[in-house]
Amino acid sequence: MKTIHLILWGAVAVGLILFLWLNIFQDASHLIEDGTSQNTATTFTPTFSLTDHQGNVVTEKTYRGKWLLVFFGFTNCPDICPTTLADLASVMEQLGADAKAIKPLFISVDPDRDQMETMAQYVSAFHPAIVGLTGTGSQITETAESFKAYFEKQPQESAPDGYIMGHTSAVYLISPDGAFIRTYSYGMSPEEIVADLEQKL
Amino acid sequence: MSKALPSLLLAFFFLASAFPALAESTRVGNLVIETPWARASIGMSRPAAAYVTIRNEGQTADILTGIETTVSAMPEVHRMEIKDGVSTMGPVGPLEIPANGSVTLAPGGLHVMLMKLQQPLTKGGQFSMTLIFKNAGRVDVSVPIYSVGASGPEQ
Repeated sequence: MKTIHLILWGAVAVGLILFLWLNIFQDASHLIEDGTSQNTATTFTPTFSLTDHQGNVVTEKTYRGKWLLVFFGFTNCPDICPTTLADLASVMEQLGADAKAIKPLFISVDPDRDQMETMAQYVSAFHPAIVGLTGTGSQITETAESFKAYFEKQPQESAPDGYIMGHTSAVYLISPDGAFIRTYSYGMSPEEIVADLEQKL
Repeated sequence: MSKALPSLLLAFFFLASAFPALAESTRVGNLVIETPWARASIGMSRPAAAYVTIRNEGQTADILTGIETTVSAMPEVHRMEIKDGVSTMGPVGPLEIPANGSVTLAPGGLHVMLMKLQQPLTKGGQFSMTLIFKNAGRVDVSVPIYSVGASGPEQ
């Protein structure tokens, strides 16, 4: 009997360690990302003139009346961009009827490769509500400056076409009257974003 | 035996909680390759990503030196990093799997970047990927393909 107890409690200990280890390990990246959280009280009104993935010329005024979730990225990005767009798709699904008040915008920082058709193919793979925006190099630069977002072309021998784009990883929340409200840093769960949005809607 | 019941239940609970993550695993020597998965690609013109956990139960470190797969002419382990709110990405080169440790490739960190796709990765399909280790040698794993928006292995 004593041996059986020892074995069973041993199994508990092993199971507990595995359980904690797996959970903590899986959460570790999330904890690191929290360090990059950028909530700033500074208010500003971003402006832009770009082309959406259906070929329409759009500006910040096109989307007045909607809350905007704005993410900068590029379609050759295989990790953070799909992850963030999938998170935004999940946010839209979780919001249910409230999703009508939200417009997610994916702005390319790689206009050389991300033409309208590419953007259409890419964003539609995630959620029908997501709008892909691209433009000329100077339009993209002006847009990023207006959002106080950062991007940079970085030479990288092994990457497709020899470069990758470094870019701001956070998602911007813009109010229906066009004012910057906050950013959601990379690693925040869709549930956390939904909870925050529902307080504001 | 009734005294054993609480510990039995606890053991079952924790082991059951721990095991789903270990479900699809391949063991070679001291290495256990767990839950490989990939996201569906959007066509073939852009790189895709695959993920996996490599656990080393041995007393000596091993090194992942390369990856081969027929779906990509250029598979490499890359790391996505965020510094001052800006994300960048680059190859990591040989990847050490520490003794009695593990390395997890997951969204938001390390990934196998599948460049020069030779075929689209279609949801519901799978492909074969060979991980090449300095000590353990070549390990073949079958990689299931989940949706383009998957954030982890889907059931």
